[in-house]
Amino acid sequence: MKTVLLLGATSDIGQALADKYAKEGYTVWLAGRNTNHMQDIAADLKIRHEVAVEYYKFEALDYVSHQKFYTDLPGIPDITVCIFGYLGDQEKAESAWDECQNILDTNYKAAVSILNIVASSYEERSVGTIVGISSVAGDRGRQSNYFYGSAKAGFTAYLAGLRNRLFKHNVHVLTVKPGFVDTKMTEHLELPAPLTAQPSKVAGAIFKAVKKRKNTIYVLGIWWLIMTIIKSIPEPIFKRLKL
Amino acid sequence: MDRKIKNWGNYPEIISNVKSFDTSGMVEELFKEEKHWIARGMGRCYGDASLGENVLSTLKYNKVTFFDTQSGIIECQAGFTLDEVLQLAVPKGWFLPVTPGTKFVSLGGAVASDIHGKNHHKEGSFSRHTLSIKVLCGDGKIYNCSKTENADLFEATCGGMGLTGVILSVRFQLRKISTSYITQKQIKAANLDELLILFEKYKEYTYSVAWVDCLARGKHFGRSILMLGEHAEMNDLKGAKAKAPLKVHSEAGLNIPFNFPSFVLNKYSIKLFNFAYYHKNFKKVQESTTHYDGFFYPLDNIKNWNRMYGKPGFLQYQFVLPLNQVEGMKLIMNKIAEKKQGSFLSVLKVFGPQNDLISFPEEGYTLALDFPMTGSLLKFLDELDQIVQDCGGRIYLTKDARMNKEFFHKSYPRLEEFIDIVNKYNPNTEFRSVQSERLSITR
Ligand SMILES: Cc1cc2nc3c(=O)[nH]c(=O)nc-3n(C[C@H](O)[C@H](O)[C@H](O)COP(=O)(O)OP(=O)(O)OC[C@H]3O[C@@H](n4cnc5c(N)ncnc54)[C@H](O)[C@@H]3O)c2cc1C
Repeated sequence: MKTVLLLGATSDIGQALADKYAKEGYTVWLAGRNTNHMQDIAADLKIRHEVAVEYYKFEALDYVSHQKFYTDLPGIPDITVCIFGYLGDQEKAESAWDECQNILDTNYKAAVSILNIVASSYEERSVGTIVGISSVAGDRGRQSNYFYGSAKAGFTAYLAGLRNRLFKHNVHVLTVKPGFVDTKMTEHLELPAPLTAQPSKVAGAIFKAVKKRKNTIYVLGIWWLIMTIIKSIPEPIFKRLKL
Repeated sequence: MDRKIKNWGNYPEIISNVKSFDTSGMVEELFKEEKHWIARGMGRCYGDASLGENVLSTLKYNKVTFFDTQSGIIECQAGFTLDEVLQLAVPKGWFLPVTPGTKFVSLGGAVASDIHGKNHHKEGSFSRHTLSIKVLCGDGKIYNCSKTENADLFEATCGGMGLTGVILSVRFQLRKISTSYITQKQIKAANLDELLILFEKYKEYTYSVAWVDCLARGKHFGRSILMLGEHAEMNDLKGAKAKAPLKVHSEAGLNIPFNFPSFVLNKYSIKLFNFAYYHKNFKKVQESTTHYDGFFYPLDNIKNWNRMYGKPGFLQYQFVLPLNQVEGMKLIMNKIAEKKQGSFLSVLKVFGPQNDLISFPEEGYTLALDFPMTGSLLKFLDELDQIVQDCGGRIYLTKDARMNKEFFHKSYPRLEEFIDIVNKYNPNTEFRSVQSERLSITR
């Protein structure tokens, strides 16, 4: 049976992906910080979908632990999805370095650290799929969230480079830019319904894009259009906008 | 984020701070942010029971954590729905021990309202099949409770409308079935007296409920269709049904995409519907084998059917009267027929014995009907309350959005005991809803 590794499995998108892959019969390996929570998720998946599910403690910000985490897995997963992220508080981060660093580290450095390890193992065996959940916020820096945005921009560029490097080794790299998603992370925000996807919708789109070996997807098509427009606004005008 | 919410009756609508959680740790964090909360599941109660200043949505706390397919014991987190239980259990030969008229209800809501179904006269309400629950109370502790452990909390939580704390998980006993079909018998009753005789005659049936035409008067007064059912055995099935005996329900088909203008449901259209519904059965007795979905959840197939009542919404009125109060029942039905305000969904059922702290059911007749929200409705329902009170009956809290507190306090005789238990586990009345304040249950 094929195996999927979910890094950041307790997030809403992580849980939705776990559900989708389990439903499709995959063996699911959950990785995250909260083991009690993963235990409940694992029990649920096993009962409802009758598949094998394991969970492993994973500390994204503890870079040195990543190698051991990956080697200790019972095997090499066919698909690795990097979901964890931290939205943070933009305003606070402007003056508090701790907050700023946390945003940059979680969304960029931690992702690079673990995916470097996964990439090498896939490259060696000439097989595997890496999925990175990046963000439309990385398409252009905006005053309302440019720490998060710039970290995600870095992550998007990283994934593009990785795709380029691994292509000749038959390793598939998928970049996902979900747009607004209705999750715990965004519950306090007022999101416009037509632009907001449910986590299950995101999971479905990712599952399909992996099958079709896509490079980059926007979950809701409208986001491609919005970001194309936003990217095309000339900087002298853009800098005056309140975005 | 503050947002507008309302429950199934679309009345009342309030603005609340709604938060979700998917671990019990998150709830504890939220308790530090705000003092007063009320849990909310699928919002299928009709009125204001799950509305409050701060609403704790359980819908993301929705995992099944234990299921023994041998014994039929299952444990789920509070946000898991009856719909999901059926999807999981039916293929393994298990069914809900008690089910309401919709499957889009969370387990937390099922316990908090101590729901009853068409088998109440034989099998009681949901609490009878509940083995244990975990409740997070305002004192910050998580209690495991059952009929023997922390029994006071168990009794006050079943039917307690979320006021004892947040139900985190529910462990209960499923019912064994050999097929997912129901052998159904429908009997037409020309009037109320005949219906009550039929109820008595067929009381051995597991499931029984009657649809009553509340607008019919004169010699048709109380004309109705009694619906009886048993779980079908393998040899009851033929053809396609026999090939897939444990088939699960499918997804809802039709959707009502927006509120209907309020003139759609008026006394003429409802009267016409009732007439047609009664006369669709040509024969006095009609037998068939139907899927559980059609038998238990006839309305679930139309998503958002509540929008048919338009923007003002509607009220559901469900009361129970002791068995010796048939005259009171007639008085109420007469008033409704006179007022021409009945709904096209009037459901009558005989409850079996039950004597709980705060749960709604008690031995007697229960009638539930929908009324479109109009200017004169509230006063009319106050009049009905008076009759219910005179007959020693009471109203189902989960359907209520308007009763007055004097009537409520008189009609739930063990209320003081209930309040004492709530206060014991919630020294600062941490849980309160618009309803609990309206009814002066919480201080
Ligand atoms: C079409 C229809 C048919 C129905 N038929 C029946 C029927 O036949 N029999 C019957 O008994 N009921 C019936 N009902 C009512 C319904 O079963 C109850 O209102 C049920 O409680 C709704 O569950 P919910 O998840 O939607 O809860 P909500 O409506 O969100 O909440 C209902 C109550 O439960 C409390 N609650 C919810 N979750 C929790 C939790 N985790 N912890 C603590 N408290 C909680 C809320 O505070 C509130 O007091 C029907 C409703 C509809 C819409």
